[in-house]
Amino acid sequence: MTAVTDDNATEAGTGRRRLMSRNDSFIFAGLVLFGILGPILFPNYTFQIAVLWLMVLFALTWDIMGGQMGYNSLGNIFFFGAGMYICAVVQVGLFTDVGAYTSVSGQGDFRFTPDQYYIGVAVGLVAAAIGSSLLAVALGWIVFGLRGPYFAIGTLGMALAAGELVGAWGWVGGGSGIPMPVYPGSGDGKSYFFYVLCFVAAIATFMFLKWLYSTRFGLAINAIRDDEDKAQAMGIHTLRHKTVAWAVSAFFLGIAGGLFGNMTGFIEPLEVAFPTVTFGIFMVAMALLGGKGTIWGPVLGAILFHFVKEATWTYFLGWQWVTLGAIIILNIIYFQQGIVGWLQEKYPGWFGIEVDARAPAKAPSKGPAQ
Amino acid sequence: MSKLIEVSNVSKAFGGVIANNDISISVPEGKITGLIGPNGSGKTTLFNSIVGYHLIDSGSIKFKGAEISKKKVQQIARLGMLRTFQQTRIYSLMNCVDNMLISVPHRNAAFFDMFKPYPAELLEKAEDLLEFVGLYEKRKLRAGDLSFGQQKLLEFAMALMNEPEVLLLDEPTAGINPTLINGLIDRLKRANTEFGITLFVIEHNMRVIMNMADTIYCLAHGELLAEGAPSEIQNDQRVIDAYLGAH
Repeated sequence: MTAVTDDNATEAGTGRRRLMSRNDSFIFAGLVLFGILGPILFPNYTFQIAVLWLMVLFALTWDIMGGQMGYNSLGNIFFFGAGMYICAVVQVGLFTDVGAYTSVSGQGDFRFTPDQYYIGVAVGLVAAAIGSSLLAVALGWIVFGLRGPYFAIGTLGMALAAGELVGAWGWVGGGSGIPMPVYPGSGDGKSYFFYVLCFVAAIATFMFLKWLYSTRFGLAINAIRDDEDKAQAMGIHTLRHKTVAWAVSAFFLGIAGGLFGNMTGFIEPLEVAFPTVTFGIFMVAMALLGGKGTIWGPVLGAILFHFVKEATWTYFLGWQWVTLGAIIILNIIYFQQGIVGWLQEKYPGWFGIEVDARAPAKAPSKGPAQ
Repeated sequence: MSKLIEVSNVSKAFGGVIANNDISISVPEGKITGLIGPNGSGKTTLFNSIVGYHLIDSGSIKFKGAEISKKKVQQIARLGMLRTFQQTRIYSLMNCVDNMLISVPHRNAAFFDMFKPYPAELLEKAEDLLEFVGLYEKRKLRAGDLSFGQQKLLEFAMALMNEPEVLLLDEPTAGINPTLINGLIDRLKRANTEFGITLFVIEHNMRVIMNMADTIYCLAHGELLAEGAPSEIQNDQRVIDAYLGAH
């Protein structure tokens, strides 16, 4: 293999990295095109494609911490659920008493007008994003003392505990949950409305992260991933960077939670808001499958994973968990660097990575020592 | 001549093992100070105490006259005191230039500075320093793919990028090919004279330290055994005994 000279990676000029290379732009354009045409070509699958965009968002936000920063969180689903509940409480609470509404499971006399509905969704989503970020800042202050497997288990515990605590909290409906305000329009109208929001949320997440990784912040969290003690010894504000990374994750996950709650129409703590063993694990599996620590890996992983998941649910019902389990096992044992990670090692020039032609190929890097 | 680092009566024990006992040393500004001693004599412990890696049991450590013994690693690093590690530490999955860029001083970093891009001057500076240590040709390679010796050079360049006032080097020549050592000594001296960085160096290689240092401290069994100019240390019977194990 010859050493490849490609200036994708480092650019003289104002920015350290070009925001998007030509290849990136083509793939990105294809993705956006699919997003626009998808529900038009496959109207029966609008809900599934909307969930696909949420999956992309899940994998991308997990990768900020797990891939770029080396902190494997198993509890990021917490911010999804928190966002969902914050959004619901705001949507209801803006116009009527939350406790009274939940105590009769939304069956009381109160009805939302269309204006109230749209205002509620808009304000609710903003509150979900900001509220989840603030929760991330507060919780980060507690759990960022943990590293490696302890961090993973600590965050998992956090998400599990949240599900149980919300289940015992009567004001938000406890275990019986909250019926969401009803969309003022047809079923198709609702599908398209939330499809557009999910699509925009996923694209916004991607573009924001693409920009974020091109700043000093991107290098700093990579440094924390590679050697946090060294980063501290060099004076990097490690806690500051870790907190921001988690808050960014939580910001977009909070929006995703608010959207998903409205799409399903009914939220409850264990299966919908804090589904640790489904969405919570999927976001990790998708990022690993595509290639953690890369920008396209989580996107690709999410798309593949979601297609396989939907296909097995439709055609091999009863075997769907076996299939997903098999993918995860193959991925972890034979393919740890994921698809994009594998491509980076095979064709580093595509990614603007230079390798020493004289050095024998090294064993695939397994990421940071845990 | 002002004392940049002033260590007074510092003791540090780990359980029953007294790693440092009542150590007092000072590192004068602009000079190269050496720290030698047999294995296990407490050199790295003293380094760790100075840079805030752990708290000391008693005594005081001052940097530019201000007490720093209660401060944390990052705070001390941002004051302008940096250390390199015995087991070389670089960011292995990032390329050399990125390793350099992230090593800029964080002394005055405001919260929103983290969202800025790197200006072209910094890239130039990073490349100049890589040139200085002889790694310019390797600048786009992943740091983890460099040889051990090259990683040491990179770590040194990263430290220079941080513009410290004082640099604590823990065995800078350990594991380096003997033919490259002269070049490294030359660069360390130039860092001292040209960049004006005060050096405090742990070194096992007597030829290197005698060649470089203005003053040398010798530790043995956690206690300060001797201090003086290289020629005095070389002829000090206590130092010779400590190294030959006649203690």
